[in-house]
Amino acid sequence: MTWRSPLALVRDALQGQRARERELRSLVSNLPYEGQEKGKQPNRFFLSNAIKTTKYSLLLFLPMNLYEQFHRLANLYFVGLAILNFIPVVNAFQPEVALIPICVIMLLTALKDGWEDFRRYQSDRKVNNTPCFVYSRREKQYVERRWKDVRVGDFVRVVSNEIVPADLLLLYSSDPNGVCHLETANLDGETNLKQRIVVSGLGAANLGFEPESFNSTVVCERPNSNLNHFKCFVEKPDKDKVGASIESLLLRGCTVRNTNHAVGFVVYAGHETKAMLNNNGSRYKRSKLEQKLNVDVFFCLILLFAMCLIGAFGHYLWLESLPGVPSFLVPDSNGHLDVPSLESFYMFFTMIILLQILIPISLYVSIELVKVGQIFFITNDIDLYDEETDSRVQCRALNITEDLGQIEYVFSDKTGTLTENKMVFRRCSVMGTEYPHKENAIRLDVIDEPESEEEVIFNQHQQLPRSRWSLEAEDISPPDTQRHGRRRKSKVAANAHSDAAFSSPLETEVIPDQKLLQQISRAESSGGRRDGNRSFDPHLDFFLALAICNTVVVSAENAHRQRVSLQSRSNSPLQNIRKCQGLFRKFSVKECTSPQSSQMRNPLETFSSLVKKAGAFFQRDKRNRTLSEDPVIDSAKTEDEADANRLRTCSLHAPSQNGSTIVEAEELCYEAESPDEAALVYAARAYGFILLARTPDSVTVRLPSGEDLVFEVLDTLTFDSNRKRMSVLVRHPVTKDYVLYTKGADYSIMELLGTPYAENFSGTEKNIAADTQYHLDCYAKEGLRTLCITKKVVSESTCQSWLGERKRAQAAMECREELIMQTAVQLETNLTLLGATGIEDRLQEKVPDTIVALREAGIHVWVLTGDKPETAVNIGYACRLLEEEDLVINMSCKNKVTCTAILDCTLEEVRRYRDDPRNAGTTQNISLVIDGNTLDMAKSPDLQERFVELTKHCRSVLCCRVTPLQKSAVVKLVREKLKVMTLAVGDGANDVNMIQAADVGIGISGQEGMQAVMASDFAISRFKHLKKLVLVHGHWCYTRLANMIIYFFYKNVAYVNLLFWYQFFCGFTATTMIDYWLMIFFNLFFTSTPPIMFGIFDKDVSVEVLQGVPELYRTGQGKGEYNFLTFWIAILDAFYQSLVCFFIPYLAYQDSDVDLFTFGTPLNTAALFTILLHLGIEIKSWTLVHWIIMLGSVALYFIVTLAYTATCVTCNPPSNPYWILQNQMADPMFYLIVTLCTVVALLPRYTFHVLKNSVAPSPLLQGRQLDRMDPSTRDQWIKEWRG
Amino acid sequence: MMASSYKDEDGHITVSGSGAAAGGGGGSLRSKKPENTAFKQQRLPAWQPILTAGTVLPAFFIIGLMFIPIGIGLYVTSNNIKEFEVDYTGVEMSSPCFTCSQNFSWNSTKPCTCSVPFHLDQPYESNVFMYYGLSNFYQNHRRYVKSRDDSQLNGNEESLRKPSKECEPYAKHNNKPIAPCGAIANSMFNDSLELIYIDPNGTKVQIPLTATGIAWWTDKHVKFRNPGAENTNLTVVFQGTTRPVNWRRPVFQLDSDPDNNGFINEDFIVWMRTAALPTFRKLYRIIQRRSNVHPTLPRGNYSLEVVYNYPVRSFEGRKRMILSTISWMGGKNPFLGIAYVSVGSVCFLLGVLLLIIHHKYGNRNNAAEISH
Repeated sequence: MTWRSPLALVRDALQGQRARERELRSLVSNLPYEGQEKGKQPNRFFLSNAIKTTKYSLLLFLPMNLYEQFHRLANLYFVGLAILNFIPVVNAFQPEVALIPICVIMLLTALKDGWEDFRRYQSDRKVNNTPCFVYSRREKQYVERRWKDVRVGDFVRVVSNEIVPADLLLLYSSDPNGVCHLETANLDGETNLKQRIVVSGLGAANLGFEPESFNSTVVCERPNSNLNHFKCFVEKPDKDKVGASIESLLLRGCTVRNTNHAVGFVVYAGHETKAMLNNNGSRYKRSKLEQKLNVDVFFCLILLFAMCLIGAFGHYLWLESLPGVPSFLVPDSNGHLDVPSLESFYMFFTMIILLQILIPISLYVSIELVKVGQIFFITNDIDLYDEETDSRVQCRALNITEDLGQIEYVFSDKTGTLTENKMVFRRCSVMGTEYPHKENAIRLDVIDEPESEEEVIFNQHQQLPRSRWSLEAEDISPPDTQRHGRRRKSKVAANAHSDAAFSSPLETEVIPDQKLLQQISRAESSGGRRDGNRSFDPHLDFFLALAICNTVVVSAENAHRQRVSLQSRSNSPLQNIRKCQGLFRKFSVKECTSPQSSQMRNPLETFSSLVKKAGAFFQRDKRNRTLSEDPVIDSAKTEDEADANRLRTCSLHAPSQNGSTIVEAEELCYEAESPDEAALVYAARAYGFILLARTPDSVTVRLPSGEDLVFEVLDTLTFDSNRKRMSVLVRHPVTKDYVLYTKGADYSIMELLGTPYAENFSGTEKNIAADTQYHLDCYAKEGLRTLCITKKVVSESTCQSWLGERKRAQAAMECREELIMQTAVQLETNLTLLGATGIEDRLQEKVPDTIVALREAGIHVWVLTGDKPETAVNIGYACRLLEEEDLVINMSCKNKVTCTAILDCTLEEVRRYRDDPRNAGTTQNISLVIDGNTLDMAKSPDLQERFVELTKHCRSVLCCRVTPLQKSAVVKLVREKLKVMTLAVGDGANDVNMIQAADVGIGISGQEGMQAVMASDFAISRFKHLKKLVLVHGHWCYTRLANMIIYFFYKNVAYVNLLFWYQFFCGFTATTMIDYWLMIFFNLFFTSTPPIMFGIFDKDVSVEVLQGVPELYRTGQGKGEYNFLTFWIAILDAFYQSLVCFFIPYLAYQDSDVDLFTFGTPLNTAALFTILLHLGIEIKSWTLVHWIIMLGSVALYFIVTLAYTATCVTCNPPSNPYWILQNQMADPMFYLIVTLCTVVALLPRYTFHVLKNSVAPSPLLQGRQLDRMDPSTRDQWIKEWRG
Repeated sequence: MMASSYKDEDGHITVSGSGAAAGGGGGSLRSKKPENTAFKQQRLPAWQPILTAGTVLPAFFIIGLMFIPIGIGLYVTSNNIKEFEVDYTGVEMSSPCFTCSQNFSWNSTKPCTCSVPFHLDQPYESNVFMYYGLSNFYQNHRRYVKSRDDSQLNGNEESLRKPSKECEPYAKHNNKPIAPCGAIANSMFNDSLELIYIDPNGTKVQIPLTATGIAWWTDKHVKFRNPGAENTNLTVVFQGTTRPVNWRRPVFQLDSDPDNNGFINEDFIVWMRTAALPTFRKLYRIIQRRSNVHPTLPRGNYSLEVVYNYPVRSFEGRKRMILSTISWMGGKNPFLGIAYVSVGSVCFLLGVLLLIIHHKYGNRNNAAEISH
């Protein structure tokens, strides 16, 4: 490396800064510059691919960590006091001793930080050294490099199943269609494969790709964190610009699937990649409890100041009252005594140091520890574990566990949250005729039945939890796929889940409606021979639209990405592998050009996935046999077949075609971004319209006649929440017509309809639109999701001009989204209605149960959905959000005036209803149904007060047709106006706003990716988990923490006050009668663990009772257990106890020869027992852990103190506790005094508890009494009580 | 440790993703199912006491029944202790020590003496402990308490020459180190008290007072050591040091007995054990019981001979001489006995009250009806 002047370095740094900040970046290939020095590299300004997520470096750890820690106010307080202690006139302790607590706390924090950072460092190193293939000009091939060596402008080759090392612009793919499949699960958790397309028009892609010949410039935007947006164009040497978007970007961290290999150009590397920009660690939220706590800390501060003032003033009076200069007044080293006023001024600060622990600084550290423990238990809860997805509950926000215990409002999304988001095709209406699909409905009912059976079993098990758990544990221990498969088989009826998305028979199997089938075959036969006319039959068109108008990806070998166990389960795995290799070749698509292709790398994996698949077929076959007469395939008879047999079964289905792209329909696996689409495609398939393949340019559909049609896809107008529809523009292969198929929400489609289709179809005048609308309304009332399917034939000229416009819009750098949207709206006009579909989104298991429990817990439940009101209301009844006896208020109005009127009216009515004496005894459940428009009006500033007032009376609210923005606005409105704790739960990207707006955001990791989870504080996998999470863990976390905090305040005040009372007897000179070390140990070791244990382990009421009697949850709502009153009661009690602990020894030792520390020892011991036994009164359940820690604390006190007083002869000048405790422990007075102090100090609290529990027991206490009964009696009680 | 175990799940996207890849997919296969242990599922067997009248009744009665006898015992013991107190401060004009208390300076060479007559109404049978008591003397003043050098008192030669700075301003005098240094030592009580029994026939008998055995054994033998352990000649050992400014004699002349001289002088040790409260007493002498026939101190007239050295007017203090017999519970103090009896009675009464409450409400509790 040649020497460069510092000036040049600075200039370079500035240039680099500018280059990185620029809106647009121009990147060129590195290859021509390979081997040249760094200064000549064109892309040298951009970050390299090495990542560093560590906060500290080895050298700078100490200063940086200290700097970080001093950002905490609490630490500053500590340090300030320690510094104050170094000033001789005010010091209370030896300066060095005063440093101990802060040092211990900061050391612990530093150790924790350092360890975490070290782990980050390790994982960084691992990531940075992952190998990848980068093209080298010198060697004319791709050579292996490390991830950290990849630079912007490099060409990277990725192979199947490899993780993309940096953000790559896809230039070449081994796939002839220029497609590269990508799994983004690492990034957003979405498991369906995404297609990425090679940037078009960059030479002949099919001939392989020569990186050296790449001489274009890539211009891309500044790095940003948006995972779904990327703007870029490639400028060829001839100034021709080709636009590229996220569709061509391979994101770092994603896995390449189903694509042999692909080559990409590195656009962003390292920390500038989208994945890294999205990686912003855990969230920090301040819980409500902590906010309250801060107020009380402030009260403590006032108290501290008051006490210090008393001390200072008292010292002044004491000095003034002395007639002379007694010998116990020690002058300073010059023999000079300060005047009383100055002395007492100093004394104020000394008192602050002395009484500093009144501010419970260690409380913050303890709370953090407690939350760590609480989160540990939440995440380890086996009931919140979902076996289907193998996921536990995730706590993403680490410090709001207790907020879960104070929830008053729950806002829930509907689709995917309450429902499975697994769509089942139920019925459809074609050309105004309804086809009810009765057989299909029967099939679904049959599937429903075993569910109830299983529930019964489950309930029985619940009564004997132990046996159930142990059973499951046994079941899961050997990871045997076969057994796993069989177990799943028994469960599949209940849950209809499996690893691969949408492959359960529930969704894939649709039994065609006979009438519609006849209709189609009639259409087929009548028009079948006349090619030109066939497509005009609307029934056929309807199904064609279902098959074509979507973004479903067909994959035959999704098996690759299933995570299956590698353990071989057969006696001779090798043999099986050989067997299956041949099979496997048939499975893998098209051209397995290189035999050492990636799929071959791991034959075992492939093999096992095949076995899995075979198992899946098995199930399906069996189901089909039992449920319908449809003899799909005659498969093997017994379940317990050997693996080899299974494989044979599998190979029966395996395609025998000679390498053609088409595989047997049964093998097709549809990957859809939205489950609706998959359901529609499966429905179309049931009628013989089989979607065989989809590439960016074409769709292949097999018609019932067996003929395959290849449609040329000209463009896809993707779905967005504004348009609420999507379209596909295709060219019919036979008629050569340009056809636009559009499907979307009924209200967004109906207004775009042109001339009724029927008019040019037959003479019968049918108002199809009206009929369809009627059917749609019926569907909605049944709770089905509705979609309208339309068609539009576009003339060639219109089409071409539109396509040109579209292309311009796509290449635009400025406001690309708006332009694209405009072009879409432009084309989607004058649509012809074909029909409508009704899709059922089944409720998740135990949703009604959960909602009822939440409502009984006093939580207002709001459901916010984009569905039609009718659908929503129906679902509302289904999930028991609305009850038959409820008073349901329906609000839907067109303008603001009516809205105001209705609002006033309803409010009046509600009030009357509420005040009506007849309703006094009954539980009035008022529910409100409101639609998006009305909601908007009600939210307006002048009406929101009234609206909020109304909703306050409503137990449940159902908002329909709301947009994501409205969702979050509603949450904010309620949260701010009513000052309540809100919880939002949702699963999709549209819930992100809402989740973030609420106090507690819960994401459901379901079918819709991980965006909601990423934004959430807690992530669960099923809605039903909410019940235990909120009612049990929320309650526990809150009670534990609330009680612990109260106790902590009490503890500090009680102990510090002992010192304070002593000041009245030592002339307010800030003397301590307890050795400094023992004082510090008292807080740091002897009494610190019990409250933490209390905060983590205490269990007031058992799971069973909390779940059985949700009303118990109400104790935490609103003010909860930690409020103004409880806080001050604790403080008063602390004052009382400290008075007792001080004055009993005082009176006992009055006018005796007791010395300073001998007097302090019984005080300290009595305080220890009082403080620990006080906690003992508060502890609700004593487990082994409790006993160990409580007794351990006492033992530790005596051991440490005895050891200290025995060994420390002169070690801690000037105080000298030598042999004090030993002396005391030989004195019976010591025990008598300590016993008396403890008893008298705790008597009021103990008696109060006893009286309250006996005379006016709280609901929680009654819950605890339920706990003591044996399970069967208890269940009976609960049942009886619930009526 | 726990902190990290959940931190993994909170999403360093890239890191965790690639980590799984590097592990060859093997790592991701482990089921995330939580362990089904009683600890992790919070199902540890537990004792769940519920504090209701019914359950705690025995506790109250037991406390009551235990405390009352203890209290009575304590009270009786305390009452059996004989104690006599003489205030010889000399505040009142009539007091024999009035003159001494008026003209005082720490450095006066001529000792002022006074004798205070008193009468004992009853004989003191067992060993009698003789205390001096000071009131309003704040031996617990923070800076006073600190003003000592334990290592010097422990016989450390270096500390002897260079007293700790805690002793300031009583560390050095005329550039010589003070031994013992510090304000506590400097303000040592230096009245000397003699007890004279006046026979009914008028003869004065001096009561023999034992000056040893008044300090803690550990203090005398461990904490306080003369420097130069082997050298018994204290004059040599303390050469180069000076006496505390208020003292009349250097430390090595506190007593003629070499085992009670220097730092291990018991009067000094007792003084150095700073009192906890401003009104305190300190053991001065022990009057051993001589024979089984005669009481230690017979009934009759006594005279307390005081060499009045110690000034108390600067803090409005009082000086007392206390004669007391001693029991297992120390000196006379009826407080504990009374306290035990009253707490015991309160507990007993509460027990009765709870019994009534239990009868009234007890049955209701069993019918676990949860109020709304």
